[in-house]
Amino acid sequence: MQPHPRLALHGITKRYPAVLANDHVDLRVGAGEIHALLGENGAGKSTLMKIVYGVTQPDAGRIEWEGRPVTIRSPAEARQLGIGMVFQHFSLFETLTVAENISLALDSREPPAQLASRIREVSESYGLPIDPLRLVHSMSVGERQRVEIVRCLLQSPQLLIMDEPTSVLTPQAVRMLFDTLRRLASQNVSILYISHKLDEVRELCDTATVLRGGRVSGTATPRAESNESLARMMVGGDLRECHLTPREAGETRLELRGLTLASTDPFGTSLHSIDLNVRAGEIVGIAGVSGNGQSELLAAISGERRVGNAASVSICGSASGTLDAAQRRRLGLSFVPEERLGRGAVPEMSLADNALLTAHSAGLVRNGLVRSDAAREFARSTITAFDVKAGSELSPANSLSGGNLQKFIVGREVRLKPKVMVVSQPTWGVDVGAALRIRQALIDLRDSGAAVLVISEELDELYAICDRLAVLFRGKLSSVHPTSQMPVEKLGSWMAGEFAQ
Amino acid sequence: MDGGGIRAVSAMNNWPWRLERRAEPSIAMKFASPLIAAVAMLVTGFILFSALGLSPLSAFRTFFIEPVASTYGFGELLLKSTPLMLCALGLSIGFRANVWNIGAEGQLIVGALAGGAIALFVDGLGGFAIPLMLLAGILGGMAWAAIAAFLRTRFHTSEILVTLMLVYIAQLLLSYFVHGPWRDPAGFNFPQSQSFDENELLPLLAETVRVNIAFLIALALAGVAWFFVSRTFAGYRMRVAGLAPAAAAYAGYGEKRNIWLALLIGGGMAGLAGVSEVAGPIGLLSPDISPGYGFAAIIVAFVGRLHPIGVVLASLLMSLLYLGGEAAQIDLQLPASVTGLFQGVLLFYLLAADLLITYRIRRARPDVVAAEAIKVDNPVNVQT
Repeated sequence: MQPHPRLALHGITKRYPAVLANDHVDLRVGAGEIHALLGENGAGKSTLMKIVYGVTQPDAGRIEWEGRPVTIRSPAEARQLGIGMVFQHFSLFETLTVAENISLALDSREPPAQLASRIREVSESYGLPIDPLRLVHSMSVGERQRVEIVRCLLQSPQLLIMDEPTSVLTPQAVRMLFDTLRRLASQNVSILYISHKLDEVRELCDTATVLRGGRVSGTATPRAESNESLARMMVGGDLRECHLTPREAGETRLELRGLTLASTDPFGTSLHSIDLNVRAGEIVGIAGVSGNGQSELLAAISGERRVGNAASVSICGSASGTLDAAQRRRLGLSFVPEERLGRGAVPEMSLADNALLTAHSAGLVRNGLVRSDAAREFARSTITAFDVKAGSELSPANSLSGGNLQKFIVGREVRLKPKVMVVSQPTWGVDVGAALRIRQALIDLRDSGAAVLVISEELDELYAICDRLAVLFRGKLSSVHPTSQMPVEKLGSWMAGEFAQ
Repeated sequence: MDGGGIRAVSAMNNWPWRLERRAEPSIAMKFASPLIAAVAMLVTGFILFSALGLSPLSAFRTFFIEPVASTYGFGELLLKSTPLMLCALGLSIGFRANVWNIGAEGQLIVGALAGGAIALFVDGLGGFAIPLMLLAGILGGMAWAAIAAFLRTRFHTSEILVTLMLVYIAQLLLSYFVHGPWRDPAGFNFPQSQSFDENELLPLLAETVRVNIAFLIALALAGVAWFFVSRTFAGYRMRVAGLAPAAAAYAGYGEKRNIWLALLIGGGMAGLAGVSEVAGPIGLLSPDISPGYGFAAIIVAFVGRLHPIGVVLASLLMSLLYLGGEAAQIDLQLPASVTGLFQGVLLFYLLAADLLITYRIRRARPDVVAAEAIKVDNPVNVQT
């Protein structure tokens, strides 16, 4: 045991114009410790990690490294100290090899050929097998994450920051990652593990610091806590659970019949002969690691991409493959996309103007003129009904937190009383309270007789709200089974491609 | 979090200045930036005039005050602002929808040709001559822009290149007609058409000025443009397409419809500007009916923040630059390019001011960074 903690933060405060992101945050990470940083979205986790990694500077407070006060002015300085960070979203060049990518990212100049042997060495010694000469575009998301971890390990970090590392991984890949992290910790590397997934934190981490609204709301030994007690520290109250009462499904509302579609993106995934039907009054979930054709499938259903064969997509019995997005909406389709800013909402426009985006058919436009009173009223009632935290209906969409904007978009689409609702990643990056509200809204919609299709990476979520489940892997869809007949082990192996075609 | 951005920044560590995104751009500065750009332009002019050995104050008088000191001069200001305003109003609607019509100059010329053809070859229209000419001008400009719209929506060609190239075709077309078939036989071989008749000229606003009712039409159209952008659903759809194309696709707003609408509006307005010039101060067709109004209108649109009221004010400023440039040629013996220089400087400062609204320049302190790096005697340093 060393006399000083590896990293100690004292009274870190960071104020942005609109919000106090960190308010006198204290944090201690010992050598070889796996330390969880828990908190809802917007709790200040990202800001704190940006400060540790030198991306932003704190307004007040001290950072101590191995007992010495330090100022970290840039990520390069952080790396010099021995701090490495694996980002949630990787920035790798698809057309380059692993070694070339890592060579570009290192602070020192080292030719890729020479680097390759070091990469092989490091990756094998930590149980992270990667081939340095492989092209990145052929790698799965889990493998790409390994590249990022190896990149950090090459610099022999003393502290590794992992930002929501499992959000893109299959359950099996999560196991492998945890093994690696434990091995690193046993070699005296400290790990700061940012997450909002309580099960993982309880399994992996030695200690946890919980943030709420920019302040430390508690520290805990996760193994000694329950999910409920940790959630209370995060949210500051008790949580309701969603409840899905069994009910008989009605007629088929959304039908995909042999849907085959080549991707327009050279690194996208083409869809191969997908069959699926979603009936009135049920929620069907599609699991799978993103990048397996989810965005292509969604675009083909929503009409943002038209399909040559009209019969391969049917909405409420009408062959719709060749219809555009507006025509499909007129048939009763609503859609919540994965990207909220820029697709589900126009960032610079007010919530009232964003209500108009898809709700124009709900009486907000008359004779080609916008009824701004009606648009404001629609936005206002959506804000109230879905408990959206916003200044007013005139606040721009980009002033809302991700979770609140998502509640607004889901609310807007739900209030259009769709016959078919398609939702992608409904609660991605959304805090626990908002996630619950959104899931309940989808269940209510199902109970009112709509057909709901949910595409999500969050398995907990799919199990909580879906009547039936399927898996999408490399553009192929598995058969669909009732949720009760899909144990998580089976789902996990299907997510890795092990299902009969 | 974007790891790539961090790497890019650290790669530039040797450069002491950095651009850093502001947490929240100031709304007030957004409106002030055209004014700041105008002031910076004046300061630059001050330095320029001094460097040329002119008294800056009297040069300023000549450039910016004397041209509009008389009723006639003020009329000229409004007269020259008219085609700029018309073109820029149409362009700004398209620019908001991310449709980059750079060829208003060409649409203006074809509008003038179409309107001029009515004046030259259709007789006995009496009081209907002017409305018919204006209509022909609008349709001519629209037709020219429609070429770009068709190519863009059908073949995905860039409307920036197509509209620009069509400018040169339009200029040659005009040149062909006034040198050839439409040349005035009694015109001593000058490349120009017959003068238009009295009923084919736009009525003047007053006896002593040259500005005509086209200015009032332009003002009225500014109101219409404002109404279109802020109150109609079509205007809303175009704003969405410009601000967030993926959101427009998500909502099912057809991209083609926006492109057609944007180009037809821009072309029609430019065509109207063209016919207003030939049926106004020029009174006939000649090879040089526009000193680049269609191009200057691009600057006007941006200086005016793509907002109709801003465009009205910006077109007056740009008109003053034209008048001042002419006065500077006559009184100060400065070259004609001084007008273009002021236009360019104005746009440059506006773009710079806009950049500084969203970003700020921060001085990184390499000396301190180096000192810290030395202080850190971590064994990891050896490897990196």
